[in-house]
Amino acid sequence: MTSLISDSSAKHKISFTRLLSHIHIDALLLLLLLSLMSAGLMILYSAGNQNPDLIVRQLIRMAMALSALIVIAQIHPDRMRDYSYWLYGAGLILLIAVLLFGHEGKGAQRWLDLGFFRFQPSELMKLAVPLLVATYLAERPLPPTFVRIFIGLVMIIVPSVLIAKQPDLGTALLIASSGLIVIFLSGISWRLIISFISLCAAALPVLWYVMHDYQRQRVLTFLNPESDPLGTGYHIIQSKIAIGSGGIFGRGWMEGTQSQLAFLPERSTDFIFAVIAEELGLVGVGLLILCYLLVAARGVYIASQAQTSFARLLAGSISLTFLVYVFVNIGMVTGLLPVVGVPLPLISYGGTSMVTLLAGFGILMSIHTHRRMMSP
Amino acid sequence: MSNRFALKDHFREGRLVNDRLIFSVIFTGLLFIIIMIRLVFLQVFEHEYFDSLSNRNRVDIEPLPPQRGLIYDRNGIVLAENIPTFSLELVPENVPDIDLTLNELADMFAMSDEEIDDLKLRIKHQRRFRQVIVRERLTQQEVAMFSVNRHRFTGVDVVGRLIRHYPQGALFAHTVGYVGRINEREQQYIDEQDYKGTLQIGKTGIEKYYEELLHGAVGYQRVETNVQGRVVRELFRSAPVSGSDLFLHLDTNLQRVAFDALGEFNGSVIALDPKTGAILAMVSKPEFDPNLFVSGISSKQYAALRDSPDRPLFDRALRGHYPPGSTLKPFIALAGLEMGVISEQSKSFCPGWYTLPGQDHRYRCWKSHGHGHVDLNDAISQSCDVYFYDLAHTLGIDRIHSFLDLFNFGHRSGIDIPSESAGLSPSKEWKQQNRRQVWYPGETLISGIGQGFNQTTPIQLAHATAILAMRGINITPRVARATRSSVESELELIPAIIAEPLPIERSRNWEAVIDSMVEVVHGKRGTARPVAKDMPFKIAGKTGTAQVFGIKQDEKYDADTLAKKLHDHALFIAFAPADDPEFVVVVVAEHGGGGSKTAAPIARKMIKHYFGVVSDD
Repeated sequence: MTSLISDSSAKHKISFTRLLSHIHIDALLLLLLLSLMSAGLMILYSAGNQNPDLIVRQLIRMAMALSALIVIAQIHPDRMRDYSYWLYGAGLILLIAVLLFGHEGKGAQRWLDLGFFRFQPSELMKLAVPLLVATYLAERPLPPTFVRIFIGLVMIIVPSVLIAKQPDLGTALLIASSGLIVIFLSGISWRLIISFISLCAAALPVLWYVMHDYQRQRVLTFLNPESDPLGTGYHIIQSKIAIGSGGIFGRGWMEGTQSQLAFLPERSTDFIFAVIAEELGLVGVGLLILCYLLVAARGVYIASQAQTSFARLLAGSISLTFLVYVFVNIGMVTGLLPVVGVPLPLISYGGTSMVTLLAGFGILMSIHTHRRMMSP
Repeated sequence: MSNRFALKDHFREGRLVNDRLIFSVIFTGLLFIIIMIRLVFLQVFEHEYFDSLSNRNRVDIEPLPPQRGLIYDRNGIVLAENIPTFSLELVPENVPDIDLTLNELADMFAMSDEEIDDLKLRIKHQRRFRQVIVRERLTQQEVAMFSVNRHRFTGVDVVGRLIRHYPQGALFAHTVGYVGRINEREQQYIDEQDYKGTLQIGKTGIEKYYEELLHGAVGYQRVETNVQGRVVRELFRSAPVSGSDLFLHLDTNLQRVAFDALGEFNGSVIALDPKTGAILAMVSKPEFDPNLFVSGISSKQYAALRDSPDRPLFDRALRGHYPPGSTLKPFIALAGLEMGVISEQSKSFCPGWYTLPGQDHRYRCWKSHGHGHVDLNDAISQSCDVYFYDLAHTLGIDRIHSFLDLFNFGHRSGIDIPSESAGLSPSKEWKQQNRRQVWYPGETLISGIGQGFNQTTPIQLAHATAILAMRGINITPRVARATRSSVESELELIPAIIAEPLPIERSRNWEAVIDSMVEVVHGKRGTARPVAKDMPFKIAGKTGTAQVFGIKQDEKYDADTLAKKLHDHALFIAFAPADDPEFVVVVVAEHGGGGSKTAAPIARKMIKHYFGVVSDD
């Protein structure tokens, strides 16, 4: 009986996987994403003071994001390559439009009001930049020439600077890194990489000079959070207390005093990781990180199995940038990195970022399911 | 670089990108190992540290102030109670912008600039974590109005509190005293822990003397608070111990009689039970409303009380210094008898004046044409000054001083009310030390009639009269009769403090002096004859008229031409029944003129009320 059941279920699973791959969905990746998202909903319920409205709105966003994933997965990677210049160009125009007519929120201009909904062009660029750079570099044999690398860098820097001017340093850095990952994957020589890193180190003082006051303050606070316990350091101090007091097994779901008594600021958005750490402990965050790594691993696997250099570069960049998001957010919440307003992917409440993220995974699935040998 | 123009080699490119992917996986793996190390560090090694920080964040210890003990009179009438009120309170350290908050509160409650300035001053002088009362006794409407706007006022809250109330108003203003806000000086000596959450402390009278008893003991609760400091739930509670209730000897009805009888006069009336030292009534006039002080008196109101020429805040019963005048005579007479200087029968001749040998200064008797030949009985009942000039001269000031010491003249009585004054019973040594002058014999004469340097307080006079009435038994006057630690428990009586009896050799001497005092009230020529009317028992008394204004050698005292504040003080001491005294009364009416005219009738009213004597006056 048991063997019969397991057989039939295995059979069922395989057929289900097949069914999904027919509609260009990768079952394993989807499963991992869905488990992360449901864990996210659970923790959001706790962090948001059990406010059902928050959950409903997040669910709507997830539904929209999943639809975006499914739709994009149907598009053949070659079509994406064809449209990459148009997408990038449209994104640039929108970014300039934001700087000129954008809506202000929290001291930054990020939103473009399209009447029926508000749109952050920087989200579009999160996909458009790696798409374009991968397209451009894969047009010629890899590794790219110095000139092509330079042009690729310009493609990255222009939108990054525009976004940094909004100002949204976090997103600018993430977009830049997604483009840089493409260049790195394209196989440029280590000598170039090392000289580039040295150049960046030399540019740090310049960066300091052009930074906004609140950004400088964040860096200073990062270096010494206790220097301003009531102001900008408050976030980091309270977040560290939440994480540390969670211990190995945590205080229990909805039992975290730092979160439930509102000592932890921005606990349903950027600092939601601290809620998980407080309530579910080291075990909980360990499992969460494992889940993230599995998602990225599946992405990297898809990249390695891709049949064109364009697909490989794009899939690799999307998967690795996803990990960069996770790393920057956790690094910031645990006090390893400065506070740069990056949400925890798939778990933090809000924003267009959910749609962009799943659209990115839609691209991965498209790449994986549109391989020539898989075609029926 | 060699393959710049080469065709795409898919296999080679795939290897290249895959190598980079492998490198990236290793690199990001390292990054996440750093993250995990960080998490283990925070959650395992530093866990206890952050756990304690987390608890400190959320757990707050709140004091639970005890309920102050009530004060009752002997008949169970409440003299001090606690009534529930709502007050608006502010904790300075929790208010982000004090000036802004105060301005907005001023608008909301229509507070005057003066009130706001006063408040700012109090905030400045308070510890930053202690509550400051912004406004007391809020009406329901004010509570509602604030509650609606509470979100605008961080650190300000409506607090339900019990505040002290004195239902008898001014009647016991000096004796029971009042509570008020704890001031900086008091904060120095109170137990900070025990007064957490308590805003008021006994300032005067019984409220101050029995502060420790009435206060009780503070309790506390550990509560969980959220980031705004609002209490989410209670974790642990240690209940406060309410202060003990206090039962006094005072009799509100008798106090009322004394209060009314004194009428418009400034001064004091004290009644006590000589057998126990129990203070039955103690009035000081002018009076004030102690309830003003509870809620924090405005500086204008306080200035009016403080600067009034009548000094209503001054407790005359315990601190008013008055020359005892002729009320001292029975004590001097007893000294003369006890020291063998006079006998009951020995007589002096009073021509209306007295001169010291070898001097021509005339020390006048109040009766200008003299009393003629007087014995002890006549001298006291008619208050002959010349008899006492002669007696005092023979005794000498030091013998007078040491004898008056026995009756506690010049010493605090030890009554259970703070800041009593010691008065003054002069001696040669005292004058040398304090005035750097030798004692003149003439000063002995006027001391003999209770003038000159002699200063007594009404309570001293009452205490001495009680000792006399009890024939030498010295019982310290007491206001408090008993305490009760809770409503269920029994009364605990406060024992009387009885000193050594006075070393009087011949008990007949007591009777001789007391007989003469009975003659004051019941004799044909006694100075307080009207007191005796319809009394079913004998009363012993002595009138006194204390000079405020020195009259020159050949002038006559004329009440009509002297300003009221220069009029003599009227005094009267009495006890009844004379042979088995139950009741001692002392009256001091400032500028009342004469003891017989003003003070004795007040004492008569007291005796009539106490013994329930029915008479048509």
